[in-house]
Order: sequence, then structure tokens, then C-alpha cells
Amino acid sequence: MPFIPHTQDDIREMLDVIGASSVEALFDEIPAGLRAKPLSGIPDALSEMAIGQLMQARAVQDGRVINFIGAGAYEHHIPAAVWAIVTRGEFYSAYTPYQAEASQGTLQLLYQYQTMMASLTGMDVSNASLYDGASALGEACLMAVRAHRKSKSLRILIPSTVSPIYSKVAHAVVGHQRLSLESVPLSLSKDCGTLNVSALDAYKGQDITALVIQQPNFFGQLEDVDALTDWAHANGTMVIAVVNPISLALLKPPGQWGAKGVDIVVGEGQPLGVPLSGGGPYFGFITARMEYVRQMPGRIIGRTVDLEGKQGFTLTLQAREQHIRRSKATSNICTNQGLLVTAATIYMSLLGAEGLEDVAATSCARLDELIAAVTKVPGVQLKFAAPRFHEAVLVFNRPVSQVLDALAKQGIAGGFDLTPYYPELGNALLVCATESRTTADIEKYAKAIA
Amino acid sequence: MTEKLIFEHSRPGRSATAQRPHTVAAQNKMPAALRRKSRPLLPEVSELQAVRHFTRLSQLNFSIDTHFYPLGSCTMKYNPRACNQYAMLPELLGRHPLAHESLGQGFLTCMFELQEMLKDVTGMRGVSLTPMAGAQGEFAGVAMMRAYHQSRGDVDRDEIIVPDAAHGTNPATATMCGCKVVEIPSLSNGDIDVEALKGAVGPKTAGIMLTNPSTLGVFERRIVEVSQIVHKAGGLLYYDGANLNAILGKVRPGDMGFDVIHMNLHKTFSTPHGGGGPGSGAVGVSERLLPFLPIPIVGKEGETYRWLTEKDMPKSIGRLSAFMGNAGVLLRAYIYMRMLGRDGMHRVAEFASLNANYLSVRLQKAGFEAAYPERRASHEFIITVKRQARELGVNAMDFAKRLLDYGFHAPTTYFPLLVPECLLVEPTETESKQDLDAFVDAMIAIQHEAETDAQKVKTAPHTLPVRRLDDVRAAKQLDITWKAPA
Repeated sequence: MPFIPHTQDDIREMLDVIGASSVEALFDEIPAGLRAKPLSGIPDALSEMAIGQLMQARAVQDGRVINFIGAGAYEHHIPAAVWAIVTRGEFYSAYTPYQAEASQGTLQLLYQYQTMMASLTGMDVSNASLYDGASALGEACLMAVRAHRKSKSLRILIPSTVSPIYSKVAHAVVGHQRLSLESVPLSLSKDCGTLNVSALDAYKGQDITALVIQQPNFFGQLEDVDALTDWAHANGTMVIAVVNPISLALLKPPGQWGAKGVDIVVGEGQPLGVPLSGGGPYFGFITARMEYVRQMPGRIIGRTVDLEGKQGFTLTLQAREQHIRRSKATSNICTNQGLLVTAATIYMSLLGAEGLEDVAATSCARLDELIAAVTKVPGVQLKFAAPRFHEAVLVFNRPVSQVLDALAKQGIAGGFDLTPYYPELGNALLVCATESRTTADIEKYAKAIA
Repeated sequence: MTEKLIFEHSRPGRSATAQRPHTVAAQNKMPAALRRKSRPLLPEVSELQAVRHFTRLSQLNFSIDTHFYPLGSCTMKYNPRACNQYAMLPELLGRHPLAHESLGQGFLTCMFELQEMLKDVTGMRGVSLTPMAGAQGEFAGVAMMRAYHQSRGDVDRDEIIVPDAAHGTNPATATMCGCKVVEIPSLSNGDIDVEALKGAVGPKTAGIMLTNPSTLGVFERRIVEVSQIVHKAGGLLYYDGANLNAILGKVRPGDMGFDVIHMNLHKTFSTPHGGGGPGSGAVGVSERLLPFLPIPIVGKEGETYRWLTEKDMPKSIGRLSAFMGNAGVLLRAYIYMRMLGRDGMHRVAEFASLNANYLSVRLQKAGFEAAYPERRASHEFIITVKRQARELGVNAMDFAKRLLDYGFHAPTTYFPLLVPECLLVEPTETESKQDLDAFVDAMIAIQHEAETDAQKVKTAPHTLPVRRLDDVRAAKQLDITWKAPA
């Protein structure tokens, strides 16, 4: 019986103590009419060896693909030490630190993570994670509504240069509360691929609760974050920043955007030591100004002392959370993404600030190489000439789906097709290169689309 | 053992240089106005220092791998190592979520088969794997109930009935879905108050959220009647699957009349708890809610698998994550279910219940008071130490902290709120009789200490890396990010 340790003697002795005639008798409170027939849709049990062979076969079927897609999930090298430590049983099989004294490892790690994320984003405080970047944007919108004392409109502006995937998720997450998420139409500054500040003129003087700014934006381009942040604050509007954590090694953090810095920051933490793994589990981060800390969703770890005055760590400000406030909680979130935060904290410790700069700069350099190689191919153009991070928009003289098919045949995941989301850009493909891509990978890409 | 903060190990200029890409000298080519001017506060340590620091931190934790962990409602069963190993095969680990479906048929096969198996164990007609935790599954469920009513023009239904014993996520979720919470009481025998329910349903009822067995650790015996009352009033039934471990293969929520259910894959299907997450809250629905399932879902066309998206499911409540949910967690659940197989699935509830009932009876025979002594335990049960609190000044918190000294993670304390000074004990099916007996011995010993040396229990723990922590100070003198000393 896999994973069940009971011997026949154990079962007999235990039933004797209980005073039951059989294990089946333990279910005698369940009305007979509800008892299920034996399950018919579950195959016979597989030994560990057999499931291992099955999974190997399925993995080999999919094969190793050379990845040039970004669009919210990024492939970076993950040091071997990260997952060797993350999968230690003491981290892997522990749970929420409800008994703080027995969870000091997890709690201290999370305190360190909070410190690193606050500093990376240039803000005062961080929580201990949300599910992913996209749902974190939804939570940030709800938090802005709670935190903004003066605004009553519950209107949140989301420019079309913000990830359309994030926008969809934000709608799904906040759609039942009275918020209104409004899309600012795509009005790009010339060849910049960024939001033209003048596009916000239409909203000047209106009661807008928050403006979302993504940096780099969905196209990989760099927004004029200072002008946008100052516009918002002058209008009495809070600013929610959505950022890539690796890019913050090189880019000014949101806490320093404009004259005052933004109010809330969210993003996807996956680039920090978490593998692509088919789309999850990842983790969302949220940081903010100290004045908003009591409106923050999710767990927060605080440092305190014990009975003997010794330093220790514990869950704090729990009165925000569902297990205390129930229907009045800041969010319904309970389980977070603790294991992935563990990976990110170890990753950031191994890379340090200098290492992150290296990863970020090398990624940009690789993208430059990719652009140089593919724009030599007739019918391929770079759409936006202005500064970018590690993603770019290419435009083709043929449908993007054809290009992607040709690349797939060579075992290359060539990019993210923008045509369903931004038809006005033409046959547009969003490509990404990170430090993981080699010159050989790039040559193979250029050859496949020639 | 203690471990300094990693920032205290740092020294300027120290680094783990093997981790640098090396190939290009780091040059910040960002435009000057957007360039970062000062470095973030990240550690400057060698690779060995980092490895040693985090390894030592791990050694400060209790975990299933190291300790019996009877945390009620959390189902802390063994996390099979094979699930991790095969979910982390390089090809599966390296897959980008937006890659061509033709490059991911192996992965999609696993996901499709997982959907089918979850439909079978729950008796539901459709499953979506996307919610990233139980709470997100609850959100999906309530959102689907609202979407269903709205699609029929029944737009006034905005009340969700929740038993007072419910997990906090239930009412919190109702609020997040723009609903009002109507609370109904539980009876002293653990069942919900059906008379109160009759009074609470009406034309504004969107639905009821129930856990069965309930958070009180007992089976809701009048569930069929409850289902009829709510359905007759036009409402739907939501099943919180947190306690599925008690009935897996014995009863199917679909057969009990539930319209929508969420499962906690990190409980019932043994995916790792990870120090607080990740979870996975797959949802299952009855026929009438199929169109509203959150996307994407894996569909099959002939022998090929593909994602069903907005075009295929225009009435879906939408996307709850950027991609398709916690894929790696789903793979681990799939591998677990394949290793259990049909017979193994049936055994889960049998042995979870055997262990819970045995532990409950042994503790009662040792003098502890069960909250519902005349009821069968499900996969968990409640002990109350209210008498000890009153007579000896030793409460549930004190018992919990002293259990840590005896080498056991404490049961859940002070939940459910209905039972004073309670310990919610869930041993799970993967624990042996010896480990259960050792737990009983520890509880007896602590009881004895409470009677003869109460202070020892009230000031526990004594043998852990820290003594009891000052929660009040943690909130009043908020220190949630480290600052370098001036």
C-alpha cells in the first residue's frame, strides 16, 4: 500500500481500541445512499519505477526547446544550489509558520526576502508573496481603492502598453467589486512603442483612483516613468507600478519615479530563480509605501524578541488577513507561494546586486545580437527603435503564425504572436533573449526564418 | 542554534563569481534618466556562505520530513519524493507556457488526464486546473455561481450563506465576489442548524458554501436535505474541498448535490506545502456551470491536446492567472494520483479515518475532552482543553507550545472559532500507529506537567531555537525590513 504504513496487526489493534468491527464501520455516519461506487476513472496504481518511465517518455516527447519567448515568463540560468536547497525536506514539506518558534528558518528567510524586495523596488515595505504577477495587479487595484482616502470613483487606468494578459486577469479578479478598470488606448509616441503622456490629457482633472505603469512595458520598451508618475500625482491619482525584477538591477526603481515615487509596486518574481515549468508555480510580489502597510494583502513577517529578549521572527499584522477578519479581510488569500520565494531569496543571495546587473546587461546584449541577426533576413524589421530592456517587437512580411511554425519545426519557441492583441502593429512578434541564449541559438533562429 | 541575517554575513565586494554569465562585461546601457543610481540592498556573500546560511535556516524548521505534523485542516501527509523528481524533468521544467502546443503534447497529456481523474473522484462534469490556491478556487466557485444567476437574468442574488464554523477564506471570498455574507449557526452535535438555514434562504440567495466533513471534524449528516432546501430556493451549493481526504473514494461531492467544488491539491493530493505555498485549487462543476469554468482548460481533438480559451468558452469567468495556474504543482498531483491508482485512492480516506478515530479514542481514554465525543471522527477531530484552562490556567496555546518541546508540530489551535480552547488534530493516513502512540504519550505527559508544574507548560517552548515570541510587540513596533545599522 503506497505511503500507508499499517500492518494487519496494527489495523486489528486500532479497531479494537476504537471498538469498531471494521474500517468500513468508521463510515457508518454517512447515509448509505451517498456512498460512492468504486471509482472507475482511475487506472491501476503504478510503481515509482513505472510512473518514472511514463513521465520520462512524455518529457522526451516534448523535448528540449530553445526558448525565445518572454511576455511575462523569462528563462534565466538558475544556480544549481538554489533548488538543491529549496527541495530540502525542511523547506519543501513545512507549512505556514503558524507555530513561529518551530518555523524560524522559513520566517527569517521571508524577512530577508521582504527586505530585498523592498530595496530592489525602492519602497518601504513588502509582503511575503501573492500568487503571480497578474493576480498581484488585481490585488494592487483593490489595495489602491482601500488606501486612497480622497478618490471615490474607483476608476483605474490601464494603458494598452501594459500586458494584455495581466489586464485580463485583473478584470477577472476585481470584476465583482465596484471598480472600473479602463483601458487607455494605444497611442504610441512615434517609434517609441511607449505611452504618449498626452494620451492622458483626456483624463486630466477627473477623479481617477490609480494609474498603472508597466516598466519595461509589454513590448519591452522603456516608458517615460517620471512624466507619467508626476502626471498622476498632480491629478490626485495613485500610481501602481508593474516591474520586472531583473530589470531593476539596471533601471531606476519605482520608489524613485517622478518627484515622489510610486505608491504600490507589483510584478512577477519568476525571473528570480524559478524555472519556466509550463507556466507555474511562480510568485507575485507587492511592495508599497509604509503608510499603506495596513492595506496590504497577504502575509507579512515581522522581527521581534522572545521571552529572553532574543531576536525572532513571526507573522504580524494578522488582523488584515482572512483567518482573523473573515469577511472584512483585505483579501481572501491564505496559501501563498512560499517555496518559490525561498528559491528567489537564495537566487538573489547568490547573484547579489552585481550578479543581477551582469544577468540583466548580458540579456540586453543577447537581444541586440538577435535583432542584428534577424533584421539581416529580408522581410524582417525592428518595429521600435527607442531604448528597450530584453524584449523587442519584430514585424514580418508574412503572417507570424507561419514564422512560428517554421521555428517550431527546428525546435525553437520563436516568440509571442502579437497579432490577436495588437492588430494595428501588423505581423508583429514579441521576441526575448536572455543570458541563457547562445550565439549558436541565435544563428539557428536566423537560419530557420530565412 | 541561531543563524545571523544574511546581510550580517555580507562584506562589500564579496560575491559568488561562478554565477556570473561572464560573457559580456556588465554595462548599464539604459538611458541616463532611467538608470539605477545606487545598488539595491542584496547580500554580498560567497557561494559557500549562501549555501551554509540557507541550509542552517532550513534546520530551524519543523516539517513533515522531520516531525509528526497533525495540523488540522491542512492534511500534512507525506510528500512523495518521486512527485518532485518527475515534475522537475528538464523538458517539463524548461517549457515556456506560451510555446506552441505541438511542442508540449506530453505535458498537455498529463494535464488532460489529471482533469479526467479529478472529475472521477469528485463526481463532477468538468474541471479547471487554473486556480492557484484553495482561496482562488473558492473565488472561482462563487464567481461562477454569480455568473450563472446573471446569465439567467436572476440579478438580485447576492447573498452567500456560510456556516459560522467555516474557514475564514469562505466569507472573505464572498466579499471579494461582491456578495453579502449570511451566517448560520451550527448545532451542539456538529451539524448545521437546518431550521436556521430554512429561514436564511430566499430570493436573494446565490448559494451556500459548505465543507463536508465540516471544519468541526464531523460529517454533515443532513447534507441531502440541505441541498434540497438551497436548490428549492434557487441557490447553488458550493463545496469547500479542504476535507476531501476524509471521503476520497467513499463519497463524491457531485453525488451529494454540490454544483461546484474546489479541491486543495496541496492537501488531498500531497503536493508540497513549501513553507506556506504554492497550493493549487482546481475546481469542478456540475453540468449547468460548465460554460463558466475559468480558462484555460485542456481539450482533446482526436489524438491531439490543445488549450480551450476565450473563443471556445465565451461565458468563462475569465483567467485567474497569467498562464495556466501552478503547472508544476499539477504535475506533482498527477504523479501522486498515478502512484496511488484506484485502490490507493480508496485507501486514503480509510486510513485517514482509522488514524483519526484511533487517536481520538486514545486521547479520550487518557482523559482529554473531545468536542463531539458521540460522533465518529472524520479524518480529523477536536480536543478542547477548556477545563485545563479554567482549573489549571493552562490553555490550548500552552499545550501547543509544549508539544514542540516533545518533538511534535502542534495541531491547529483556536480554529474552528466555535470550540473554546481547541486543538484540531489531523494525523493523515501516512502516519504509523507508533507515531500516533508517541503523540498520545506526549499529551499525557504534558497534562501531568500542567497539573504539577504549570509554569513549565505556560512558558514553553524551552528547547527550540527561540522561546515564546512577543506577537504584540511584533505588531506595535513594526520591523518588517532590515535596515543597516547607521
